[in-house]
Amino acid sequence: MIVVIDYNVGNLKSVENAFKRIGLETVVSRDHEVIRQATGIILPGVGSFPTAMKKLKQYQLIDILTERKEAGIPIMGICLGMQILFERGFEVEETKGLGFLKGDVSLMEVDAKIPHMGWNELLFKQEHPLLKNIKEKDYVYFVHSFMASPSEDELVAYCEYGNKKVTALVAKDNVMGCQFHPEKSGEIGQKILLAFKEMITC
Amino acid sequence: MLAKRIIPCLDIKNGKVVKGVNFVGLKDVGDPIDLAKEYDLQCADEVVFLDITATYEERDIIRDLIERGASELSIPLAVGGGIRTIDDFRTILLSGADKVSVNSAAIKNPQLIKEAADEFGVQCVVVAIDAKQREDKSGYDVYIAGGRENTGLDLIEWVTQCEQLGAGEILLTSMDKDGTRDGFDIDMLNAVIECVSIPVIASGGCGGIEDIIDVFKKTDCDAALAASLFHFGEATISDVKEECMKHGIPVRRNK
Repeated sequence: MIVVIDYNVGNLKSVENAFKRIGLETVVSRDHEVIRQATGIILPGVGSFPTAMKKLKQYQLIDILTERKEAGIPIMGICLGMQILFERGFEVEETKGLGFLKGDVSLMEVDAKIPHMGWNELLFKQEHPLLKNIKEKDYVYFVHSFMASPSEDELVAYCEYGNKKVTALVAKDNVMGCQFHPEKSGEIGQKILLAFKEMITC
Repeated sequence: MLAKRIIPCLDIKNGKVVKGVNFVGLKDVGDPIDLAKEYDLQCADEVVFLDITATYEERDIIRDLIERGASELSIPLAVGGGIRTIDDFRTILLSGADKVSVNSAAIKNPQLIKEAADEFGVQCVVVAIDAKQREDKSGYDVYIAGGRENTGLDLIEWVTQCEQLGAGEILLTSMDKDGTRDGFDIDMLNAVIECVSIPVIASGGCGGIEDIIDVFKKTDCDAALAASLFHFGEATISDVKEECMKHGIPVRRNK
């Protein structure tokens, strides 16, 4: 069972819908007992880094997420949900993140338009099960102004935007994150979600 | 590299697509969801639903459409038309839209842009602008009420303000070109793109594939929006993208 964490940031329906399209019902919840039964966790998020962390605290979700991460449950953050997996964010004000991944999240310094909005090509940095159904240079949909600077060994895929390499996919053991929106990325996005689904059933 | 986006726009009234649609193989050509799904299959990068429904009571219909659209489409959905308040933003986003486009209401109350950006994020705030060149050619005026009312506001001043307030994107329609099918308004687009650093969608005047090639070659716009070209089945989105590739314009072609 995949649980989509409901912490009142943005629209969770699109994630739910996307999993439905690949034939998988998800449970949207912030109930600790439900989360404890999850075999896979999706951490979505739209809005700002500090608000997201505040909401996670408000619903007492930090400890349970940490517990599930320690238990080895696959966790995938999407967009802002990926960003808060890192140690610190600098959106609005410096804010402590979940710290599941090493690195910071700060405003993109790029000689191109911000937000980075639209379809961009994924370039692979290293092999990862999430990439098994797709090819390098497949397009996925991005909308963001802030970007994560992960450690080299936790960067899985990136894209080129202006003069920058923008972090697109990160992973460390059972913790994964997409800066892009797989749930909005057409067939390629569905293939990535399918790969996540397969990590859970096996 | 970031791909240039091709965006079909569906004008919807009472739950039906109103601009003429001539698609082979669609059962109900007037059904926005069937049409949008077809565009999704053709590799559209985004779909816009423009609600031109006259009365407030009929808003439930569009809400239902957004819900169906969001569940069946695998690409982003933007919704515009008649957005007045922050609650309208909320309703549309909660129904499943990814972006909301606001036009007249933003001019009457520019703070709406800021409020929406603060609450829902800049990524979902699209400011739609209808503009027309002044008779003395000294610049462009912004119009509202479907192009019927000249606000007297200068286009460049307004887009600059929109960006400062937190607009995530500008959907720029040239009233001089809209409906003419003789190409996008290259001069107006360049004037705007020079002044803002947020993405700009070109709209109005698209009459053929060559117009889309032209707008991407002559301006740095991020996306081209068209309606009749696609609705009439004159060209598919795949046709457009194939032609873009030939001209070295980066486009997404996964399918």
